[in-house]
Amino acid sequence: MVLIFAETWNGTFKKSTLEAVQYGAACAKSLGTHAAAVVFGATTEDLAALGGHGAQRVIHVTGAASFEPLAYGQMLASIAREENAQLVVVSGTTNGKSLTPLVSAALDAPAVTNVLALPHSFSPLTVRRGAFSSKGLEDAVAHGSTTVLCIVPNAIGMAPAGTDSASIAPHSAAATGKTQLVEQQIASGKIPLPEAERVVSAGRGMKGPENWNLIEALAQELNAGTACSKPVSDIGWRPHSEHVGQTGIQINPQLYIAVGISGAIQHLAGVSSSKTIVVINSDPEAPFFKAADYGVVGDAFDVVPKLTEALRAFHA
Amino acid sequence: MKIVVCISHVPDTTSKIQFTSDGAALDAQGIQFVINPHDEFGLTRALQLKEAGLATQVTALIVGDASVEPTLRKALAIGADDAVRIDAKPASSNQVASWIADYLKGNPAELVICGIESIDYNGGMVPGLLAHHLGAAFVNTCIGLEITGQTATVLREIDGGKEKVTASLPLVVAGKKGLVEESELRIPNMRGIMAARTKPLAVVAPANVSANVESQRFERPTGRTAVRLVDKDNLGELVRLLHEEAKVI
Repeated sequence: MVLIFAETWNGTFKKSTLEAVQYGAACAKSLGTHAAAVVFGATTEDLAALGGHGAQRVIHVTGAASFEPLAYGQMLASIAREENAQLVVVSGTTNGKSLTPLVSAALDAPAVTNVLALPHSFSPLTVRRGAFSSKGLEDAVAHGSTTVLCIVPNAIGMAPAGTDSASIAPHSAAATGKTQLVEQQIASGKIPLPEAERVVSAGRGMKGPENWNLIEALAQELNAGTACSKPVSDIGWRPHSEHVGQTGIQINPQLYIAVGISGAIQHLAGVSSSKTIVVINSDPEAPFFKAADYGVVGDAFDVVPKLTEALRAFHA
Repeated sequence: MKIVVCISHVPDTTSKIQFTSDGAALDAQGIQFVINPHDEFGLTRALQLKEAGLATQVTALIVGDASVEPTLRKALAIGADDAVRIDAKPASSNQVASWIADYLKGNPAELVICGIESIDYNGGMVPGLLAHHLGAAFVNTCIGLEITGQTATVLREIDGGKEKVTASLPLVVAGKKGLVEESELRIPNMRGIMAARTKPLAVVAPANVSANVESQRFERPTGRTAVRLVDKDNLGELVRLLHEEAKVI
């Protein structure tokens, strides 16, 4: 069977959770087996609805506290053992990336991270993953009776939900972690970058942090997350959490709009998996145009408000 | 307190990545290798903790054959007290984590700092596996680290925000930019480079551990077709293309 870590965030599922469930269900179908989703802790979600994404069963660890990598790794591994799971699927969110090595270690099972597609083969398990920060693709082969797969958010397309209902079984797994949560700060009203379907990003061409209102207005019109280049985060115009690129956050949204970013190879490494790339730059020689689908040569201070206006007209 | 900083030897971020014609491996010809950028933040933080009197020794540790030694020497030149090279060419993360854990079981450290991932194979597995093998606490995506006595207070990046957690030592953290600022990173000076030549560098033979994941082949992603330029005074056309052609809005 295939076991899926169905991550909750303040008790609710994210899109990445549903992607992981669909991915696990597709693997289960190929393997001729069934898929079960594991949900930890209190939730406001209708768990039976995970059936519409392909999970036949939901295992609800009702008493689990908030995310702790070691505790969750041990609980997930013990359920995987009870269920004799062939695959354990985790979405590569920040928590998912913390969990993957610990569940892999607790099961003494191989793990493949940065997974971009369904496996080519299940015997031996062969799957495509990203390597060299999007500058390369790798086919990796895992050797084990159970394999943990950590999939990249947004990389695998979502099918619309069906109407099947999953059966729900409470479970009483318990484990103690080694870290204690003191406090959490969530930036309000912002779309977290790894899961954003659209991202508007800007570089030094914006001339100063006071001009980011133009970027934010465009992002708001597109319901997009905001990001920035490395130099912009290094000089403190924007927080590090917005830095996309090889050493920042790597993203693969449906739409990436780069404003005033020249397109250094390190930046491209973090964003080149985006489905559609639009580049706005006053320099027609900016290298980013070579990696873009659409380009506008022009001054950001002129083009960005006009684009926001054109989108507003389109949405109206 | 002793700190071990795990270092990866990776292609410089400006490298153009090519693979051998059979797709079996990276074509390293013409590539400059550097300390993995995420690890540099951890190394600097470790040195700061030592300078603040919170650590007695900072050891830089690497897994690799003799060809990675210049990268390890650079960590010494930046300020690590001593260095360890586990003499093997790893094929998978489980080998690296087992070898480092074996070494640390004989040479314990209260704090182990790794990078969130190496920018070459992007596994992101070693820090968590290592924490498991050592029975230590684990904090990933670490962007701030303070030590008081036997307790660490760690700031950790999460999707859409950050959180503060505490843990008792021993602890393994996987760090990134934010652990220190880019401007705080240290560049080796001549004195450091001279001193690095005589600092202790131990070469350790690894145990036999089989790789549980293997690379079958690598390839480069396919590029994009030529860019379609849209006139800056006709942005309605861009909106139309994004809607009708790209179907992303």
